[in-house]
Amino acid sequence: MADAVRVSVTVNGRPQHAEVEPRQLLVHFLRDTLGLTGTHVGCDTSNCGACTVTLDGESIKSCTLLAVQADGGSVTTIEGMASGNDLHPLQEGFWAEHGLQCGYCTPGMIMAADDLLTRNPDPSEAEIREGLSGNLCRCTGYHNIVKAVQHAAQLRKGGSVPEPDTSAAGRENAEELASQGLGA
Amino acid sequence: MSAEGNGHAATNGSNGLHVGTRMRRKEDPPLIQGRGTFMDDIALPGELYAAFVRSPEAHARITNIDTGGALAHESVMAVYTGNDVDLDAGLPLAWVPPGVEVQAPEHWPLAKDTVKHVGDPVAVVIGTNRYAVVDAAEDVLVDYDPLPAVVDPEAALEGGDLVHDSLGTNKVHEWSLGGEDVEAALEASDVVIERRFVNHRTAGAPIEPRGVIADYRAGDLTVWSSTQVPHFLRLFLAIQLGMTEDHIRVVAPDVGGGFGSKLQVYGEEILLAWCSRKLSRPVKWIETRSENMATAHHGRDQIAYVRMGASSDGTFQALHVKIIADFGAYMMLLTPLIPSLGAFVMAGCYRWKSVRTDITGVFTNKMATDAIRGAGRPEATHYIEVTIDQLAQEMDLDRIELRRKNFIGKEEFPYETPVGIVYDSGDYAGTLDKLLGKIDPESERGRTQDGKLRGIGFSTWTEICGLAPTRVTGPGGLGVQAGLMESALVRVHTTGAVTVYTGTSPHGQGLETAFAQIVADKLGVDPQSVDVMHGDTSQGPMGLGTYGSRSLAVGGESIAKATDKVAAKARAIVAHKLEAAAEDIEVRDGKFSVKGSPDKGMSLAEVAGAAYIPAGDLPEGMEPGLEETQFYDPENFTFPFGAHAAVVEVDPETGKIDLVRYVAVDDCGPAINPTLIEGQVHGGITHGVGQALFEQVAYDEDGQLSTGSFVSYALPSAAELPSFETDRTETPSPVNSLGVKGVGEAGTIASSAAVTNAVIDALRDVGVDFINMPLTPMRVWEAMQEKGGVSA
Repeated sequence: MADAVRVSVTVNGRPQHAEVEPRQLLVHFLRDTLGLTGTHVGCDTSNCGACTVTLDGESIKSCTLLAVQADGGSVTTIEGMASGNDLHPLQEGFWAEHGLQCGYCTPGMIMAADDLLTRNPDPSEAEIREGLSGNLCRCTGYHNIVKAVQHAAQLRKGGSVPEPDTSAAGRENAEELASQGLGA
Repeated sequence: MSAEGNGHAATNGSNGLHVGTRMRRKEDPPLIQGRGTFMDDIALPGELYAAFVRSPEAHARITNIDTGGALAHESVMAVYTGNDVDLDAGLPLAWVPPGVEVQAPEHWPLAKDTVKHVGDPVAVVIGTNRYAVVDAAEDVLVDYDPLPAVVDPEAALEGGDLVHDSLGTNKVHEWSLGGEDVEAALEASDVVIERRFVNHRTAGAPIEPRGVIADYRAGDLTVWSSTQVPHFLRLFLAIQLGMTEDHIRVVAPDVGGGFGSKLQVYGEEILLAWCSRKLSRPVKWIETRSENMATAHHGRDQIAYVRMGASSDGTFQALHVKIIADFGAYMMLLTPLIPSLGAFVMAGCYRWKSVRTDITGVFTNKMATDAIRGAGRPEATHYIEVTIDQLAQEMDLDRIELRRKNFIGKEEFPYETPVGIVYDSGDYAGTLDKLLGKIDPESERGRTQDGKLRGIGFSTWTEICGLAPTRVTGPGGLGVQAGLMESALVRVHTTGAVTVYTGTSPHGQGLETAFAQIVADKLGVDPQSVDVMHGDTSQGPMGLGTYGSRSLAVGGESIAKATDKVAAKARAIVAHKLEAAAEDIEVRDGKFSVKGSPDKGMSLAEVAGAAYIPAGDLPEGMEPGLEETQFYDPENFTFPFGAHAAVVEVDPETGKIDLVRYVAVDDCGPAINPTLIEGQVHGGITHGVGQALFEQVAYDEDGQLSTGSFVSYALPSAAELPSFETDRTETPSPVNSLGVKGVGEAGTIASSAAVTNAVIDALRDVGVDFINMPLTPMRVWEAMQEKGGVSA
């Protein structure tokens, strides 16, 4: 094993310092060294995008970068998207539009979509599809992922997105679930 | 959008009930926040890591294995090879129908003397560092003496080189379903067409590869595995390790997709448990994508000779399908069953005088095939639906009217097909009519302004779900071995909260949500207070897992029945306490109340309090407590159906195909949650579109795998697909109280035929009237060139 190298990376707003193997991939630094297991690994050829995070604001595939290459940079992972109890618009969009099934590709999808909406706040369907073409999903056929990103784009613009079959009773249930499930 | 205001998580329908509403998924909050628990997210103190040494050869004798180099690595604890591993039994084949001879060679987690396919495991390296075990595995030196690779299944049946010398044949088995009279019925037909199909090999390709952690401690074994069948895995761990189930716990954590590829008992799962017992340490293995492409079981891979006969007015007479199924090198859990599932529905939606399927299974030096989404039924539907279009073309009949003319009428159900299967219910014309209300076939054909060839294709399909009724499958029925029951335990806690234990093992389908909706309505509670537990054999009764679109029709029905028992007991308690008759107690507005006196009632919490802390006032002779168990073996299968249409544009210069529209009308019975159904249909369609246009597991003539990663195995991305137009009709199944049929595989079963028919429709004007999948640009371009090319 080559000598360990010290890296300093700001992850989800918090400065992190660690001694790592020079060959350690950024995704393993995030998952194994920092314990941020929301970033996933789905392939070994940078095709699937399950490991997508943002580095200095741009989405990158963290299986294709060494931890040392992120030295001095600022990384955001899925764990850094919600602020406290407030879901990020993309998290809200994926939940509201059934944009996930097994959920394994979801963190990477959300991070890639975040980069897309930052660059293009009002993308067309074709632009969403092109923008997410580096992220693979086997469950959804992408139909509801596209809707989830459109939903998030609306929310980012300050709009609200109507939902069918909503009732007052349902909303109370949501609040209860949200306070239980998201407060941790 | 604060978490408090982020929309509703549950919705009530206008009747105050939850079944039928678009309730948001209970599963999602952790998954969208990166707080799921997938295999590689689990770490145990003191865990070791495993890496496999796998065969680069398709077929070879192992002449020497030198493990010294690997053992010299500081962090390596052990290296095991095939002859080190002492198990009580080999890897299981669970389907050997009575009276059918199925050749099943020995199959061990590590190859003992010969390797039979690329990726066959030869050794396992175990050590303390995840990266170092991979380095060390490269230092295991294996000498191979190559043997001839058997690759072509039809040639393999002719004789010559053998995959397994000890068996003396490459033939696995022969199995038939349907009448001997098919030849006579073909002979009596005015028109008979014949086609040869190649339904190529595909991969399940869940985005989460496989993974296992085994932890053996002082006689007790816990195995976490990314599996669809935790209870099956526990059973076979017991058999192979010589243990009993009371000392084994299997947990399926969050599973990142399965699509059938995790309906298996894999050698890696058994071997890691053996290694943990040997080393007294937890051992973990996370599969790489390259390993997954080579060694997670594949699907499809059939050659089919189809003969279809009709009378001169287009009335269907006879269908004969002869299938040569390339099973690869080993018999895995259900390998030889898969083409038979297609034979069960080979009649499709139509009336025939005779239908017969003859299946021959073949060994080749490839990874084994087994269930992949649809499992035999996508193949069968492809043969039926593409051949019907070929017949329409041959007879110059309208392909839609030809289907309609031969549909089983909705008044004819229950309908026994010529293969002896009884369809439960259907309205095939109903879904077709609804489809035709959404798309006009004639406006979707011809040359586009930019010179593309546009075509439309249809698939009107049915399938067989709800695996599996013992009455139909067992000795008194088809004689194809056992049925597959399912279990449920519904426990009401003292506070009125509910925990449901299901033997199914959902991994993305949203069944925690759907099951909670069912239970909530029956008990008058909020679905958010119904917790659905699955995937842990230490909790709840034996169950058989999630596959074959069975989880709602069999697992959901067992939950419904268990909940009904709980509700009946609750009613008896309420009746006793309120001095009313039990039959007058109804669930209304969240309470068990007396009919006609809605203010007179008890909440489920009050009932549970009375049941657990009875204070001497339960009805005479009633046991305390409020939980019930149900084992359920259905009376029949269920048969979802639908009508799909695909529209494609083909670039005549390159052969590239764009799928521009996809319209689907499905019927899986009454919806528990329409949003979940749509999600299953979208994903299912994409899986079949993937097979038709993009995906292929390819081996070359030496048995080398050409598609070992996502670089060469083309999963469709968002950019290659349109949004889908979906709708439903609702024809209840009489088989279960929910009326549900199943939907997980429907889209896949329908879509490869619709897309293929659309491509042929587009190409017909340039002389191409038949083509096999995968419809890659190269293949389509070559087909056009054979007909002299197309001027752009």
